[in-house]
Amino acid sequence: MSVAIINSGGSNLRSVAKAVGRLDKSYVITDTANEIKNASFVILPGVGSAENVMQVLKEKNLISVINNLNQPVLGICIGMQILFEYSAEGNTECLGLIEGNVKRFDEAKNLKVPQMGWNKVIFTETKLQKFNSYYYFANSYYSVVQKYTTATSDYGTKFSSVVEKNNFLGCQFHPEKSADAGESFLKYFFQIS
Amino acid sequence: MLTRRIIPCLDVKDGKVVKGVQFKNHKIVGSIVDLAKKYSIEGADELVFYDISASTEGKTVKKEWVSKISDVINIPFCVAGGIKSVGDAREILNLGADKVSINTPALENPNLINQLSKEFGSQCVVIGMDIKTIDKQNYLFAKTGNESTAHSTGITALDWIETVQDLGAGEIVINSMNKDGMRNGYDIELLNKLSTVCTLPMIASGGAGNKEDFVNVFKETSVDGALAASIFHSGEYTISHIKSSLKNKKINIRI
Repeated sequence: MSVAIINSGGSNLRSVAKAVGRLDKSYVITDTANEIKNASFVILPGVGSAENVMQVLKEKNLISVINNLNQPVLGICIGMQILFEYSAEGNTECLGLIEGNVKRFDEAKNLKVPQMGWNKVIFTETKLQKFNSYYYFANSYYSVVQKYTTATSDYGTKFSSVVEKNNFLGCQFHPEKSADAGESFLKYFFQIS
Repeated sequence: MLTRRIIPCLDVKDGKVVKGVQFKNHKIVGSIVDLAKKYSIEGADELVFYDISASTEGKTVKKEWVSKISDVINIPFCVAGGIKSVGDAREILNLGADKVSINTPALENPNLINQLSKEFGSQCVVIGMDIKTIDKQNYLFAKTGNESTAHSTGITALDWIETVQDLGAGEIVINSMNKDGMRNGYDIELLNKLSTVCTLPMIASGGAGNKEDFVNVFKETSVDGALAASIFHSGEYTISHIKSSLKNKKINIRI
């Protein structure tokens, strides 16, 4: 039951790996297609920009590998944003696994951008409401609330903090940095009850 | 919306957590990993690790501590101390830190802010500002880790905030040297003055002595977080104690 953490060039790989390790999962940090395809779970982390992460995935020929995965996949932060069709960050075409776009928070609304800190996450489905809590965010871009949104938060505007479509789950917050709440969310992804 | 953050700071010198008064006379207060773990469990919203001897001695923060701390905590973690290049920052971020805070190197080479922000995103780039108020002017000080190297740069805080914002910084920490270690409250006047030009998340630092000081800084200023060291190290107050008193005063806090 191994976990593949995709090396997308971001720098929070170690923290994600440690969080996975704390749940007694064996993991590998990898950019090899076979290791990713054969893993039971795949995590797509991302720090930096949508543009950089997409560029790295392209250079490593991982776009179609990711798009064809059937096992549970978790995109974290930028890793969630690139699940959509398009990001305004660097005018970037993304993976297109989930319909929708990623926009920048509007400074004109007197918001401090990036959003940095702990924000409340509210799940829409009753069975997931046990995960309602504060989670840690560090982002300047967000995805609008749409069909596949399963949790929302508010930062000047309501945005998607969690999306889920088929085997693809995405969270805008950093579960690996969100204390006990983050750990519970990772358990949800790993289907540990 | 975001909660206000409580941020314990580990000032580290020669591998031990220390605390001084107005940046002088540092005394050992405990072990790095033990304190990091304790604060994380008690509900700290973030942790700052500051190697105070690094910048003054021309070194970079000790990397081994960065990974040791990141292994035992599951909250955001900012590292400061002598980070002078994109390479230094990358190494520290790869070891598990979420942000790097730069102070003296940013004053010496402002373009570093821009380089770090482009490379890692502005959310990774914190600018620490050690500010001393002299005749109502708020001056930036450099190399403050040691009494003998600390000096005024002649740059005023208002100007510096505008500069770092333009260069792509993601957050600023305002450390009042007049209040540091005095334990008689945050520098409310300074924070309110600087808030008028600051569009980034702002963290107050220097002066926390009791739980009322946290209530006051959040009631009287718009700061996003309050950083403190000795009040937590002394064991007089736990983080959960401070947070519940803030909650009682209707301040938006994570419990």
